[in-house]
Amino acid sequence: MRLSAMSPIVRLITQRITLGILLLFLVSILIFAGTQILPGDVSQAILGQSATPEALANLRAELGLNDPAYIRYFRWLGGVLTGDLGIALTSRQEITATLLPRLWNTLFLAFCAATVAVPLAIILGLLAVRYRNGVIDKLISGFALTSTSLPEFFIGYLLVYFFAVKLQWLPGISTVYVGMPFLERMEAIALPATVLTLVVLAHMMRMTRAAILNVMQSAYIETAELKGLRQIEIIRRHAFPNAIAPVINVVMLNLAFLIVGVVVVEVIFVYPGMGQYLVDHVSKRDVPVVQAVGLIFAAVYIGLNIIADVAAIIANPRLRHPK
Amino acid sequence: MPKAVMKRPHDESCSLLEIRKLRIEATSYSPGGAPQNTVIVDDVSLKLEKGRVLGLIGESGAGKSTIGLASMGYGRGGVRITGGEVLLNGRNILAGGVQGLRKVRGNKVCYVAQSAAAAFNPALRLMEQVIESALLHRVATRAEAERRAMALFKKLGLPNPETIGRRYPHQVSGGQLQRVMTAMALCSEPDLIVFDEPTTALDVTTQIDVLAAIKDAIRDTGVAALYITHDLAVVAQVSDEIMVLRHGKMVEHGETRQIIEAPRMDYTKALVSIRSIEHEEKKPTTKPLLSVRNIIAGYGGGAVKVLQDVSVDVRPGQTLAVVGESGSGKSTLARVITGLLPPLSGSITFAGRTLTPRLADRSRDDLRELQMIYQMADVAMNPRQTVGTIIGRPLEFYFGMRGCERNARVAELLEEIEMGKGFVDRYPAELSGGQKQRVCIARALAAKPKLIICDEVTSALDPLVADGILKLLLRLQKIEEVAYLFITHDLATVKAIADSIAVMYRGKVVRYGPKTEVLTPPFDAYTDLLLSSAPEIELGWLENAIKGRRMESAGN
Repeated sequence: MRLSAMSPIVRLITQRITLGILLLFLVSILIFAGTQILPGDVSQAILGQSATPEALANLRAELGLNDPAYIRYFRWLGGVLTGDLGIALTSRQEITATLLPRLWNTLFLAFCAATVAVPLAIILGLLAVRYRNGVIDKLISGFALTSTSLPEFFIGYLLVYFFAVKLQWLPGISTVYVGMPFLERMEAIALPATVLTLVVLAHMMRMTRAAILNVMQSAYIETAELKGLRQIEIIRRHAFPNAIAPVINVVMLNLAFLIVGVVVVEVIFVYPGMGQYLVDHVSKRDVPVVQAVGLIFAAVYIGLNIIADVAAIIANPRLRHPK
Repeated sequence: MPKAVMKRPHDESCSLLEIRKLRIEATSYSPGGAPQNTVIVDDVSLKLEKGRVLGLIGESGAGKSTIGLASMGYGRGGVRITGGEVLLNGRNILAGGVQGLRKVRGNKVCYVAQSAAAAFNPALRLMEQVIESALLHRVATRAEAERRAMALFKKLGLPNPETIGRRYPHQVSGGQLQRVMTAMALCSEPDLIVFDEPTTALDVTTQIDVLAAIKDAIRDTGVAALYITHDLAVVAQVSDEIMVLRHGKMVEHGETRQIIEAPRMDYTKALVSIRSIEHEEKKPTTKPLLSVRNIIAGYGGGAVKVLQDVSVDVRPGQTLAVVGESGSGKSTLARVITGLLPPLSGSITFAGRTLTPRLADRSRDDLRELQMIYQMADVAMNPRQTVGTIIGRPLEFYFGMRGCERNARVAELLEEIEMGKGFVDRYPAELSGGQKQRVCIARALAAKPKLIICDEVTSALDPLVADGILKLLLRLQKIEEVAYLFITHDLATVKAIADSIAVMYRGKVVRYGPKTEVLTPPFDAYTDLLLSSAPEIELGWLENAIKGRRMESAGN
């Protein structure tokens, strides 16, 4: 079907998704190239002290490191597309099998943090607009900015000190395992999820506040005021629906951060997720693992941004209901 | 406030609305300086009986909108009501606090804004917004309110009254939205409606229909109204009485007939006699300065044709007025002549040379001799440059003038536009609307052009100020021998300034010739509609104009 023959909304969405896929391919090339130009040699790293020239040459041949780069790229890409992320050099285990439970752990933690952070940020943003420039607004902004400006490891250790060491309410180390009962699992991740919430809250809250305040300048807000509506109703019914696109964008960016940016938090709480896995294998120069994790992180970022774009398009009444 | 006052029984003897000694102030905060207090409205009192219409008239800054909104206890931006009383059915609504005001707004008093396109929430369907206040104030159930809204849509002459409520604001034309907004105001059956310039943003041919619809709706529902406008001809059609305001004070108040037929104050007389510029048309010379031949132009690579076979001439030192409603292609014609939009076919000859279609290919002399003045003077100037820099720029660019020579010429130009040397160091933000437009005129003149394209240059100005600009343009034409291509939708302006007229309709020139010929019957259908739609300061004009029409206007 020709692009121009579609309704504008379908055309725009198709464009965004196509661009996203294209971008993902470009990123995969970048990741592959980036890991190739890293200094050092994997076979050298594996063999360490026992490396003789023959052993090195054998290992390189076995790992396929002597093939030209583009062949190795397509071999890698073909594997990725069929769900085979390759074999970890250090442990000689299939990456996909090791990675999947860890990805699930990371997603679970991100999901828990998001279910608290996103509604909280939006509600706080709405309240800040309702009581703008007053005490409540300043308190909300002050709290949110403080929690964002503190580094996450600092908040993490602070929470551990109070809730795990002093009060002993929650565990300071978030050990989870397969088949763990749900409530125990929630207890284990309570602290890291809180840290993540505090880190992303301010950005979303400030953006919600700014986007709604921008809309509050519109003539139709005056119309609503002159109908006798209450402030909070005006914000909920007339301002928020028109501020939804920028809010969705910033929410998606923060969701991506929850998944991709958890490295530090996972290390602090010794949480078996993707971030910790990545850090471990970067130090071991395990290129296939770094590539696999990098690609997944990139896919998450691009995917969530596509969702944000598509949601913003759908939220626009002019595109949803053309003339 | 004490409940006893709120519950005072309705007093039949008192007026519906009574404003006593109203004083409204605003505080503006300039960066660095101390907060400044400005009095916007001072000592204004008025009374409005049930079912009557009071017109509030004055130029911008007269405080008319502010008074209108004060009747709902509302102050725009930093505006505060600092004195006086607003009595609605005998109760002072200002004493009721925010809670009390909310019960009045949208219930007893409703508001119709100037730009309905901006006043509707783009994310909600029209019906939701129309019935919102009726539901909020529990005047009606949803089903009742929707039924009432449909009846109002029908009364106001909207197409498909049963289904138009399901549309979104962007799916409906400007004239229709203005009527939907009137329906929205009437839906909760208020005692009073404040109309704030409801037809000002509309085309003249659309305005007349909306005006008639509003007038009928007011008469049939028996609602009282404050009708705010700067156009005396419009207010004369709908009001029972008129109050003239200036600088926040009342100038004159009386029955409509008295105000327009026997005004007492000088300011009112000036308003009534406005547009009395007599301009004798000049005889056409043989050789045109600008000759536009068979222009076809459009956007999207010709997918949308906006100009179809347009040919007009402008003669040296004379004025061609191009008149038509929005979408008729008048501004596109200006873009084609200036080279901003290369035409698909046709040719343009200017001062004996053929102009290249594209701006980038034109010589510096072509650029210099063809200048332009815009509708929005304030966005046509760099706000960070002084008047001296703005006017001096073309002198440097075209003539290489520097230093004293340049400054002397700038002073001369400021003199010509009747502003004087004191303005050289001012910034655009420090000037009034009329002064800004004068600076733009001086900037155009600085290039010593042969032709100036004036695109709706007086449309954004108050009538008296616009008059001053027109007189200035006529005087400058005599001194500098410059020709004008004057684009406007306003026929009074055309009569005041044109030597010849081209009437445009949907991308075609439907009538073209010397002014007296174009304005002498017999007319074609569109010119007739255009001429008969321009409001005149005369009682009963609206009814006669509607009766005598031969064709429907396009905006409906």
